[in-house]
Amino acid sequence: MYAFDFVKPATLSDAVAAMEQEGAQALAGGQTLLPTMKQRLNAPDILISLNGIAELRGVRREEDALVIGAATTHTEVARDAAADYPGLAALAGQIGDPSVRNRGTLGGSVANNDPSACYPAAVLGSGATIATSKREIAADDFFQGMFATALDDDELITAIRFPIPHKAAYAKFHQPASRFALTGAFVANFGDGVRVAITGASEEGVFRWTEAEAALSDNFDAAALDGLTLPAKGMIGDLHGTPEYRAHLVAVMTRRAVAAAR
Amino acid sequence: MPKDGIGASTKRREDVRFLTGNGRYTDDINLRGQAYVHFLRSDVAHGRIRAIDTSAAEEMPGVIRIFTAEDFAHAGGLPCGWQVTDKHGQPMQEPKHPILAEGKVRHVGDPICAVVAETLEQARDAAEEIELDIEELPAVIDMRKALEDGATKVHDDLNSNLCYDWGFVEENKEAVDKAFSEAAHVVSVDLVNNRLCANPMEARVAIGDYDPWNDQHTLYTTSQNPHVIRLLMGAFVLSLPEHKLRIVAPDVGGGFGSKIYHYAEEAFCTHAAKILKQPVKWTSTRSEAFISDAHARDHVSKIELALDKDHNFTAIRSTTLANMGAYLSTFAPSIPTWLHGTLMAGPYKTPLIYVNVKAVFTNTVAVDAYRGAGRPEATFQLERVIDKAARELGVDGVELRRKNFIKPDEFPYQTPVALEYDSGNFHATMDKMLELSDYANLDARVQESRENGKLRGFGISQYIEACGIAPSNLVGQLGARAGLYETATVRVNATGSISVLTGCHSHGQGHETSFPQIVADMIGIDASQIDLVHGDTANTPMGMGTYGSRSVAVGGSALVKATNKIIDKAKKIAAHLLEAAPEDIELKDGKFSVAGTDKSVDWAGVTLAAYVPHNYPLEDLEPGLEETAFYDPNNFTFPSGCYGCEVEIDPETGKVDIVAFTAADDFGTVINPMIVEGQVHGGLAQGIGQALTEHCVYDENGQLLTGSFMDYTMPRADDLPVFKVDHSCATPCTHNPLGAKGCGEAGAIGSPPAVVNAVIDALHRAGHTHVQHIDMPVTPARVWAAMNTK
Ligand SMILES: Cc1cc2nc3c(=O)[nH]c(=O)nc-3n(C[C@H](O)[C@H](O)[C@H](O)COP(=O)(O)OP(=O)(O)OC[C@H]3O[C@@H](n4cnc5c(N)ncnc54)[C@H](O)[C@@H]3O)c2cc1C
Repeated sequence: MYAFDFVKPATLSDAVAAMEQEGAQALAGGQTLLPTMKQRLNAPDILISLNGIAELRGVRREEDALVIGAATTHTEVARDAAADYPGLAALAGQIGDPSVRNRGTLGGSVANNDPSACYPAAVLGSGATIATSKREIAADDFFQGMFATALDDDELITAIRFPIPHKAAYAKFHQPASRFALTGAFVANFGDGVRVAITGASEEGVFRWTEAEAALSDNFDAAALDGLTLPAKGMIGDLHGTPEYRAHLVAVMTRRAVAAAR
Repeated sequence: MPKDGIGASTKRREDVRFLTGNGRYTDDINLRGQAYVHFLRSDVAHGRIRAIDTSAAEEMPGVIRIFTAEDFAHAGGLPCGWQVTDKHGQPMQEPKHPILAEGKVRHVGDPICAVVAETLEQARDAAEEIELDIEELPAVIDMRKALEDGATKVHDDLNSNLCYDWGFVEENKEAVDKAFSEAAHVVSVDLVNNRLCANPMEARVAIGDYDPWNDQHTLYTTSQNPHVIRLLMGAFVLSLPEHKLRIVAPDVGGGFGSKIYHYAEEAFCTHAAKILKQPVKWTSTRSEAFISDAHARDHVSKIELALDKDHNFTAIRSTTLANMGAYLSTFAPSIPTWLHGTLMAGPYKTPLIYVNVKAVFTNTVAVDAYRGAGRPEATFQLERVIDKAARELGVDGVELRRKNFIKPDEFPYQTPVALEYDSGNFHATMDKMLELSDYANLDARVQESRENGKLRGFGISQYIEACGIAPSNLVGQLGARAGLYETATVRVNATGSISVLTGCHSHGQGHETSFPQIVADMIGIDASQIDLVHGDTANTPMGMGTYGSRSVAVGGSALVKATNKIIDKAKKIAAHLLEAAPEDIELKDGKFSVAGTDKSVDWAGVTLAAYVPHNYPLEDLEPGLEETAFYDPNNFTFPSGCYGCEVEIDPETGKVDIVAFTAADDFGTVINPMIVEGQVHGGLAQGIGQALTEHCVYDENGQLLTGSFMDYTMPRADDLPVFKVDHSCATPCTHNPLGAKGCGEAGAIGSPPAVVNAVIDALHRAGHTHVQHIDMPVTPARVWAAMNTK
């Protein structure tokens, strides 16, 4: 690790002001950021901790949506979203291990947009809205490829608003070593339409599988997906799976998510 | 019966300190005024060092000194402890292994500069300022390409990348070829034994210290064998005599072989502490461990089995390319040869065997022994080819094995590959495994899985291994540059308590519990009166350390010898006290009595007399009660057993779940059954890890793709079933005083083929009969690909 300054503001406005400094970077759970700093792959001058800001934390119901503060940990989401949005809570409860879940946050995961992360599938699959220190961004506009998002460098996610579907589930197939998603499918049935978001598979990061959405909107049953396949082109190929394998897993995991939806 | 004698499942006394965070590991040691070293390591696999400019780095804050190869011009290279002779009678090619890279870098992670600074961060900062001018050369990664004519050479001063071409038994080659040409059936499998990284929980650490007033060097290090390090580093690298060099290996958090070897960082810290007149500490990061700890396995093999028309095995031919990596690690050459070729008979009666091994230099980390070392590779070949033979011949794998087993009444059994097995009962362990795994009802379970959309299969593996390494004169003939005896000192104190000093080293094996059990049993006193001292060359007798499942079989035998000397002397003292003849003294439950009388003296009475010799036969007997014994084994020991693995495959994803695993082992005498079970559990976890998840992968440029736990898949608790473990089918070792054979490696040796056989069985039962073999690790992606490509 290189030397850096550390500030821990107590309010969002102080954090936003601090982010305007040269070399500032937000620190949430640190589960992604700190390992890269330890390996000297990342060297922010100032870390702005978001962990002391009460207004960034917590899960609350607002009509047909669940609004979750950016600094809410995976453990808190797994616990506090369970009654209102069990599919989302279950996803949070499967991220990493207990120590990762006790530190890692929704905002950190979504801002990082790892192509194998779980939350981006829920955000995109729910058609959520990302509230930031500057604006509101629809999920469809937010994710812009591997590790790329619509956020400006000094922009903070403050909360994410998840419309609550009638039924939803996330089916995750582990990358065996990291246990991130080798391929994960988030399926949400809103009654008037179904959204399917796939993570872990594509070189472009999380994406919506629109053919599956159309088929499931007609008939929300795993059998509706029979015969639907994705091309291997553009899928990730690495030690843990070929593009063909990932394309195949997309269909398997989507079927399983449909079957598990509640 | 004494409390906690042989056969008692005494709880491990050392666990109290380990589980409460009170172990004292090398990294817990901090010496006054210590400096920190950071090694600048090569980030290319192969390159010529044109220039190293450390001038800017030397000006960085806190820097004490920066070392390069020039600073070690006077020192020897890291020695190789085993010289293999090739099939033409020539010695292997043996390149120099410098402490810091000389002229060339030969693998990613090869240390080039050592930056010593007041803090670790300062050392790292300074290392970034070093200017390296390295001309990148083509990387030699693939073993087959490495052996092609005109291939780039890893070592310019060697003839080629071939370390040796070993034939065993070379005189049998023609007869073996003839047997194959005349065989009724020939079955073969091409397979890879996947490269692994041991990954003990504690990464390596070294601290060098020097006391100028006594000219004493001390090295604290994470080692399985402190005396071996003292010998190798003292005699061959730094020219330090033993009495000026002390090696301390305190609590060590797992080794699995990777902490046997003498590593560059140890020699560096020892030397630098003297030059700099201050202690120098190095703590490996996990990332560094992946590119500097010796790797394991990495064999590419062809195994062929010849059978007659009645399905008797008539010959075996095994051909292997074994990766040595860029340099020869301490015992590397012996692993694919003497620890591998000699096991190629397995538990079977095959009259003719020929093994050929070509050891190859590549631009990768050195490869050496890892739990099982050579024997897993041999077992994997045999049990895979036998499994395939049964399938091709349409016979039951159980029956084919039974038919070819060495029978219980055929011991001692001389194999055609040098070993003489002293004991074993393969039929018994096979029967026990089949019974415990409810093999009889397998078909019903297969059916049930099928109804749930899963493919179930069962795999068998019967292994034998050679442990308790080893008769020194024999291994000397085979090229070992060390003896392989073990030692024990039994130091009885005046009040009867005992300190046992051993040359073995415990780094997870529970010796602090089991060694005292042996002495407690022999004398008949409580084990709580006995402590084990190990891990420090200053206060233990010269011993060869712990690896190859040798500690109880060899070190325990030394302990029995030393304890017998104690008992002999104690009987003489008792005879004096009881005014009887020594021959008439009996020792039972810690009490010496005169046979046929009620006259007796207890243990503490005798020990007190030994140290306060007022009433003592001083003219005939020295006072005191302390004895040392060296034990050099007559033969290897031969643990054996039968493993059964039951898997379920998810046909949609290819994921393999181990639903049951049964191990029936013959370890001979067992000192502490609970510890033995734990050793088997750990071995099984590592063997299953190799079979299903673990793999060190280099790309064609020699970059390690699996350099962290994000890509290197360690097995986890939820990958493993509840094991059924049994060791009731014991046939004691016939040539050591305990009858113990060793249990440390069995799990890792026997399990990989059981897992792969089970996967193939499941696929065949489900009609995927085109799948003949899947290389380890049998990952979901590989299983799915195998099912879906014809
Ligand atoms: C062992 C392990 C296993 C894991 N397994 C999984 C898994 O199975 N699935 C999965 O999805 N993830 C997994 N993760 C990742 C985990 O979920 C991380 O917590 C997450 O990716 C990052 O969240 P964080 O709060 O730790 O963010 P940090 O590491 O603190 O930050 C990550 C990035 O986001 C930025 N950032 C943080 N908060 C904000 C904000 N509010 N606004 C703008 N930018 C912000 C930071 O500046 C940084 O660039 C795993 C991590 C580890 C270490």
